[in-house]
Parts: sequence; C-alpha cells; structure tokens
Amino acid sequence: MISNLTVETRQAALATLGLCAFVGLLMAVAGAGEAFGAHGAIVLLASLGLFLAVLRQLDEPEPPVSRLRSYYDDPIKVGIILAMVWAAVGMFFGLWVAYLLAWPDLTFDTPWASFGRLRPAHTTAVIFGFGGSALIATSFHVMQRTSRARLAGEFSPWFVLIGYQLFVILAVTGYLMGINQSKEYAEAEWYADIWLVIVWVTYFVLYIRTLARRNEPHIYVANWYYMAFILIVAVLHIFNNIAVPVSWGGSQSYILWSGVQDAMMQWWYGHNAVAFFLTAGFLGMLYYYLPKRAERPIYSYRLSILSFWGIVFFYVWAGSHHLHYTALPHWVQTLGMTFSVMLLVPSWATAANALLTLNGAWHKVRDDATLRFMMVAAIFYGLTTFEGSFLAIRGVNALSHYTDWTVGHVHAGALGWNAILIFGAVYAAVPVIWRRERMWSNRLIEWHFWLAVMGTVVYVFAMWNSGILQGLMWRTYTDAGTLQYSFIDSLLAMNPYYIARAVGGTMFFVGTLLGILNIWMTIRQAPEAHLAVDHPTSPDGETGERSVPAE
Amino acid sequence: MSVKERDPLTGHQTTGHEWNGITELNTRVPRAIWWFIGITHVWALIMWLLLPAWPLITTYTKGLLGIDQTQLVAAEVEAGDRYRAHWVARFDAESLDEIRADETLMEIVRGAAPALWGDNCAVCHATGGTGGPGFPNLVDAAWIWGGSDEAVLETLRVGINSQHPETRFGQMLAFGETGILSRDEVRTVASYVQSLSGLADPPAEVVEPGAALFAENCTSCHGESGEGMTELGAPNLTDDAWIYGGESATLFETIHDGRQGWMPAWEGRLTGAERKMLALYVLDILPEGE
Repeated sequence: MISNLTVETRQAALATLGLCAFVGLLMAVAGAGEAFGAHGAIVLLASLGLFLAVLRQLDEPEPPVSRLRSYYDDPIKVGIILAMVWAAVGMFFGLWVAYLLAWPDLTFDTPWASFGRLRPAHTTAVIFGFGGSALIATSFHVMQRTSRARLAGEFSPWFVLIGYQLFVILAVTGYLMGINQSKEYAEAEWYADIWLVIVWVTYFVLYIRTLARRNEPHIYVANWYYMAFILIVAVLHIFNNIAVPVSWGGSQSYILWSGVQDAMMQWWYGHNAVAFFLTAGFLGMLYYYLPKRAERPIYSYRLSILSFWGIVFFYVWAGSHHLHYTALPHWVQTLGMTFSVMLLVPSWATAANALLTLNGAWHKVRDDATLRFMMVAAIFYGLTTFEGSFLAIRGVNALSHYTDWTVGHVHAGALGWNAILIFGAVYAAVPVIWRRERMWSNRLIEWHFWLAVMGTVVYVFAMWNSGILQGLMWRTYTDAGTLQYSFIDSLLAMNPYYIARAVGGTMFFVGTLLGILNIWMTIRQAPEAHLAVDHPTSPDGETGERSVPAE
Repeated sequence: MSVKERDPLTGHQTTGHEWNGITELNTRVPRAIWWFIGITHVWALIMWLLLPAWPLITTYTKGLLGIDQTQLVAAEVEAGDRYRAHWVARFDAESLDEIRADETLMEIVRGAAPALWGDNCAVCHATGGTGGPGFPNLVDAAWIWGGSDEAVLETLRVGINSQHPETRFGQMLAFGETGILSRDEVRTVASYVQSLSGLADPPAEVVEPGAALFAENCTSCHGESGEGMTELGAPNLTDDAWIYGGESATLFETIHDGRQGWMPAWEGRLTGAERKMLALYVLDILPEGE
C-alpha cells in the first residue's frame, strides 16, 4: 500500500511522522514516570514504527499514473479491518464489565481493572474505535461512488484514518492509566482533544474537496448526512472540551465551564454525539448500502429532505432532557422535552423511508442476511428513537432516569442500530473493495445475523426489566409513608437481569468474532471478481475531466 | 442525464438523478406524517403555554400554570411530612419503652427501619448487624459505648470521633509507636490479654510480667480485671467479642500502633424519629433474626 503512494507523498508522510515522533519524545521526557510520559512513548513508538515502514519503501518506483482513473480504496480496506479490530476490543471490555456487574469479584485487585476505568474503555472503544473507524471507512467508500470521483489526495485520507486511530488509542489507554477529564463520552484529556481537532478539520476539508470534484450535478442524501456528522461533531467536540491545561508537561486540565453550565454543555455534547455521530453518520451509511443492496429506488426524495432538516434542526435542542429534575432551570428542561417529542416524526419518517424502500425487495430481505442486517437496523432505529422521545418526557424520566432502562435504551441503539448496520454495510462493502465475487461464507453471515439479533433482544429485555424494577423499587413507599426498599435491596434484585445481560452480550460478541473470521477468509480465499464499472466515470460512461486529478 | 422514469412497482416517478446505480422516487410525503408533525407541534405549543419554556432577555416565560420544579419539590416534601406527621409526633414525644409497648408504632418501625438500616448502617455493620473487621457486631451481647436505650440513642446522635461538637471520643494509645512499651513488652502484654478470654494459656513467666504491664498501662481504661468501661468506650477484653481481632498479630498491631474507630454523627442527617427507629431496630428487631 505504501508503494502505491507517490514518492512525494511518501516524503510528506515521513516529515509528518518525524514531527509526531518529536512531539512524542517531548511528551515522554516532560511526563517521565507518569501516565502522560507513557502517552508520549506511545506517540513516539507509533510514529517511529510507521516512519520506518515508509522509509523502507521510499525508493520503490512511482506508482502508475493510471491509478488515478480508479477509486482510491486502500484506506477503506485498512479502515474496515481497524473497525473490526476495535469491535473485538471494545466488546471484550463491554463483556468484562457486564460479567463484573453480575459477579463483582471477576477482576484483578489493581486500579486499571476497576469498573470505573474499564467502562469508559468499553464505551470509547466501541463508539469511537468501532463506530468511528466504520464511519470513516464507509464515508470514503460512499463519497467516491456517489460522486463518481476519486478521493481528493492520497495523503490526507491516511492522515485522517491513522490520526484518528492515535486519538482512540490515547483515549482508551489513558482511561486504563487513570487519565480522565470526567466528561462522559468525552473523557480524553486536552492534548488528545487538540489532536482530534486537527484530524477532524482535515477530514472535513477532504470531504468537501472530494465532493467539489464530483461528476454528478446533485449531492446524494448519504453525503448530506456524512457532512452533517463531520461538521457538527467538530463543533460539539471543540465547545465541550475547551480546557486550560495545568501544565504543558502533564495530562491534568480544567474545563472552562463550571457548575450547571458545564452540565448543560456536557449533555448538549453528549446527546448530539448520539445525534450526529451515531445517527447522522449512520444514516449516511444506511442511505447508501440499503438501496444499493436492495436494488430499489429510495421511496421518497421529499421524505429525505423533510427528515434530514427535521433531524438536524430538532436534535440540537434536545440535550437538556438528560438533566431533568436537576439544578438546570425548569424552562430549559421544558424546551428539551418538547423538542425531543417533535424530533420523533422526522426520525420515524427516516426509518419509514428506509423500510418502504424495501417494497419490491422483501424476497431479498428473506434470502440475503446482509440486507436483513440493514432492515433490522432500520427497525431498531425506529424503536430506539421512539423510546428516546418517550424517555425525554419529564414524568417518564422521573421513573427511568439513573436506572438500567437508560442502559437498555442506549444498547438498543448501539447494538441493534449502529453495530448491526455496520455489519450489514461491511458485508456489502468488503466484496466490492477487495474485488471478490461474494463473502466467503453466507452461512456464517446467517449465524452472525441471528446471534446479533438474539443477543440484542436478550440484552435489551433484561435491561428493560431491571431498569423498570429498579425505578419502581426506589419510589415504593410503605403505608406509613417511608421508603420500602434500601438501595442495596434494589441492587440484589438486579442480579438475575445482569446475568441475562451478560448472556446476551456474549451472543453478540460471538457473532462479531464469526464476522471477523468471515471477513478474513473473504480477503484470503473468496474467488476474485472483475467489477468492470467500479471506477470514476460520468453517467455516460466516460471518464470526465472533473472526476480525476490532472495527470 | 436527468431522465425521469416511472417505477413499475409503485407507479411513482424518479427524480431523474442516479448515483452509482441508486435512484430516488419523487413520492409525496405521506399524509400521516403531516398529521404527526401537526400533533407533536401542537402538543409542544401547549406545553410552552403552560410551563416555563422560553428565555427572554432577563427572565423567561413562566407559563400559565405558574409552576416551577423547586416549588413542586417543596410542596411534595411538605405533603410527605404532613402524611407522616401523626406518628412522627409520637416518636418524638415518647420514650423507646413507650414505643415498644405500642404494637402500631412497632409495626411502623418494622416497615421503615430496614430501609434506613440498609441505606445508612449496613455498609459498615453489615445487613444483619454482625459487623466486620473494624466495625462492631451489634447483635452480640458486647457493647463498647453501652447498650442501654439512652446510650444507643446518644451514640447514634453524636457518633464516635465524629465532627459533632459533643461527639463520643475514644482512642487507644499507640503504646509501641510512642515508645511507652518495647516490642517485646507489647508481645508480652498481648499474650496476657489473650489469656484473659482464654484465647491462649501462656506460661507463668509471660503471665506475671504481662499482668504487671497491664496493671501499669491498661487498667485506667480497660479496668483492673480487663472488663472495659463503656463510659470511655474501652472494650471488654475478657469476652469473645473483638472489633479488630484477637489473634496475636492483630493484637500486636492494636497495642503497638493504637486504634481510633469512627462512626458518623446522625443528628442533622436523620431525624430524631428515624434515630429512634434505628435504635429499636438494633436493640429489638435485629437480635430476633439471630
């Protein structure tokens, strides 16, 4: 892959990696003996390793100019593999904490293996490692195909993909070492945050430049969603993480916001991380892979417009529903609640648009597990958005807040919608990207499908039960008007559901491992295919001037 | 390129665009969607009219209902207090013995005290009151600060070595650490202490100097016979109840490094009625389960 880069690009990579290695060295020296120094060592070693890999191939001949007439798929291949590696890592941590909650002794008597450190490692590895890598890889795929244009540049796609991995590695290893700024889903400290801003702005510029050279007069819906995802995540990330480091040689920093304003900023971020990272980006994925696989036109372009603007407009108001019955003023809570309910219609319209697109292709849903993954994802998207709007109503939230119902809701979305959609998209993309006739084993895809769906259902039902039971136990009064149960009573009542949750999670994890095996065997063994038309052309079949860079 | 086609399945027209094989129909937005948009927006509008909702320059729209969550909480707390007032007043006024004699009040204790115990006491003294290393067993016969109604209520009120101005204060000196006793002397007196409760049967050449050391250093708190003094919080050393343990190594640590246990003061955190319920739970109800 390195020899497919021009010599000039290889030199640019060497310069960038050398600079990163130098910064890593400075961090390692400044923070010697502390976790910050260990992060410096990670940056230094990762940069040096890649530096040497590029250096070894620096003198390879220039790649043929004809490559510019094809799509640039190398970063997509690496992105898909990295996404699946993160899936295994993140779900392993998730499984560990699930078993730990059922059997609290299932850990080592050491700080890194405590629940408080494993839990953010799980959430970050699955959301940002698995989800983020899959979003970057599929966005590179979708933007090229729907624009009929090659990626703008050969250096920046790698910078985005590999730079993003460095961010996730710093985040996850940091949590295990005790570096955590105590903001949920934004636990990474200031230096990792700054690095992510650099990576993310490059991603945005890359996307815009690729769209600018598109060979289609109109921009496809999937690209609207990917663009919204990239743009708003940048805004959210920057505002929620404005912090003053205690020193340039340490990990500790203080957030600019304080008190209830910090809480509001945090949940404006937190909710819109769900909205734009886990919803908008993934809708981009759905809007490409589902109609492509079903070979059906999108049910309604007008519905797409209505839903897109509805989702991006209403979502940004909804964050305050995470802070019902807190120090946040009542009027902010009312706004969060009402906008969350109004948000339901565009969300359901999107799910309906996806499912109605399948009209005329339901026999394919029956026979093709890959398409069925996407169909089930759309259903879970509908279910989860309904549940989300429902839980945002203050009176409902009084029962559900701080209980496992929230955990169940999140996993209905994260497993049933996000992960299951990624699996469908990956099974659709891998044969195209690696030029294979099909996936290695359709039976394994079937197994994966049923393990994933059953695992999700078991998980979500267990958490609904435990969450509602918990909420009811906390508000049960005796005839005399005193509390009926102590907290520890409710904790003991959770135990059977925690065991069921761990079982559901195990099923999901086994399915993921089957998927990894299947992808690995497809790359190595599946028969090769020759997709004659899968390169940038105008709709008339000609390679237009706009679609490829000047030779 | 913008060629509009009719989809044979639905009869709807495409928009005429095509992206790598994907096309779109120009289907009208279903009427149900407009209805749902109408319903949710009207509902939101009603909420905005009724509840505090929109920010203004220096204030916000208060809503026609004129409610606010802080007032709502205050009202609910007050309603709860009113609901409980009839029996809380009796708990405040009556002694533990008078409460014991009234079966209706004891029923309230049986209903309320387990949750109070579980949320406040069980984390140290265990759900059954049996304690653990460093935390006394409350269902055996031994009491460090006394097991009378008054003593238990007072311990609950002010705590032990707590921040309450009237706290019970108890401290076991670090005899080894401060150089009062040598390490050998600590071992000798530890063996003697073990002999008091029959844990060990040391030879006379240990017992005699041990007894002398005990008389010189320990009797001011633990009494001449080692039976302790509840006024000082000095435990009885002749029974089989141990807070930290009666093994040689633990006793050595206790005598050498000293001990200073800690219990929070519950005045200010729990009401007088709640503390009475917990006292009755410890004195009457927990021992029944033993």
